[in-house]
Amino acid sequence: MSPAIEVTDATVRYGEVLALDSVSLSVAPGRICGLLGTNGSGKSTLFKTVLGLVPTDHGNVRILGHTRTVARRRGLVGYVPQAEQVDWAFPVRVRDVVMMGRYGHMGRRRRARPADREAVAHALARTHLSDLADRQIGALSGGQRKRAFVARAIAQGADVLLLDEPFAGVDKRSESRITELLLQLRQEGHTLLVSTHDLAQVPALCDEAVLLQRRVIAHGDPETVLRPEILMEAFGIHTDGRGAAWTP
Amino acid sequence: MDALTALTEWFTVPMQFGFVQRALLISVVAGVACAVLSCWMTLVGWSLMGDAVSHAVLPGVVLSYMVGLPFAVGALVFGAGSVALIGAVNRTSRVKEDAVIGVVFTAMFALGLVLISRVPSQTDLGHILFGNVLGVSDTAIWQVLVLAGVVLAVVWYKHRDLTLYAFDPVHAHAMGINPRLLETLLLGLLSVTVVVALQAVGIILVVAMVIIPGATAYLLTDRFERMLVISAVMAAAAAVVGVFASFHLNVSTGGLIVLTQASVFTLAYLASPRHGVLWRGRTARRIRARAATG
Repeated sequence: MSPAIEVTDATVRYGEVLALDSVSLSVAPGRICGLLGTNGSGKSTLFKTVLGLVPTDHGNVRILGHTRTVARRRGLVGYVPQAEQVDWAFPVRVRDVVMMGRYGHMGRRRRARPADREAVAHALARTHLSDLADRQIGALSGGQRKRAFVARAIAQGADVLLLDEPFAGVDKRSESRITELLLQLRQEGHTLLVSTHDLAQVPALCDEAVLLQRRVIAHGDPETVLRPEILMEAFGIHTDGRGAAWTP
Repeated sequence: MDALTALTEWFTVPMQFGFVQRALLISVVAGVACAVLSCWMTLVGWSLMGDAVSHAVLPGVVLSYMVGLPFAVGALVFGAGSVALIGAVNRTSRVKEDAVIGVVFTAMFALGLVLISRVPSQTDLGHILFGNVLGVSDTAIWQVLVLAGVVLAVVWYKHRDLTLYAFDPVHAHAMGINPRLLETLLLGLLSVTVVVALQAVGIILVVAMVIIPGATAYLLTDRFERMLVISAVMAAAAAVVGVFASFHLNVSTGGLIVLTQASVFTLAYLASPRHGVLWRGRTARRIRARAATG
């Protein structure tokens, strides 16, 4: 069985800046992989690489055994953006956003058919947003906003979900609700790549973790990856005996 | 004479003139086409781009007069050409986009000014710059109607994709819908719309027509479909008021249309039920009260 996400030797440069340095990564279907790293470690660039949004110097990406173009056309990859990337004042309702997940399944005018409305209603119910469906997207709380975009990916029918910082700006209760939802999705066979700098979430959520600092520093069980000496390398803290303790 | 009769005559007297009827037709059609497009312009943040495209069409208009083509042909070539040029320079240099836009549209406009000073006198710079809706020719009317029809048809067909592009181009890409194509389509629509509106208000004021109605509607609703309707209705009403008032006051029609739009915007800015600044204090107090109790 082909991996859900397979990145082989991907190198990405922004002008002179090396953003990803021959990154290779393979995530098996039905797994939740945490993507850890500091700001500027290349987490977002890796997402863009998987989506085919940035040109790679070299390297190859396969999604469930398909090229990125085929994967996109089949709607295999769902993307949940970082909060800062969304215009929350945009005049769309929650229902409209989730419906946008169906556009790949529709005709050229993107007119919703009954099957599309059903898929949207189902996705809203799964994410406990049915009662809020007619609200403008910015009138949701931080956690509800995240769930709305997860609902869009569910409506899309994506097998692979990329979630960029789903726990940023979210209170504790919403955090556990999102975790619960993501675990359910995994139960149904979805594969999730979740970037986060909130290391506390990792053991409860992730089957495996990747520590990224332009290159892959470690990839394995969360317990292994979160070992202090590995984190120190990633965050540039040298073991000089004074023990700059950095506890997850 | 009672007020009602006076009001009726305010509209019926000018309508006896053919040039007023035609000005009304052009202004309403151009206003609605611009208004519809302005909703996406407002949301994508392309106001400066609208300004750029409208100024950059000047050499195209002048060249069309020189070689005897319909004005829309030259205007479209230069409008779309400058958009492409802006994109190319932006991608291949370190200069930021707003600076590139500033360089390209002023250069094009300057080229137009130079050309116009070499052209025999039948083209009036004033009419191109400030519009001459009371003196439009029959061919100009047909060009406006056809182009506006094309814009509205394309928008009707692709409006959901355009909104998807405006809201989340990355998601469009992830579903195999090419955001670059949608961006190009929107820029193409902008070029055509600018050409449509030239006849009504002239080059200088076109940018108002592709920004103000959308910006006004954005203050009044949180639903995109309603935004389109409010924007179009507002622009049509402003066109009617502008044309009739300019007849009675004997002032610039394009100027009055834009002033009317700006007045409506000001009203919405102040008194929009949800987003008006007049109620901002009240809304904030209400939110605080709710936070305190809940």
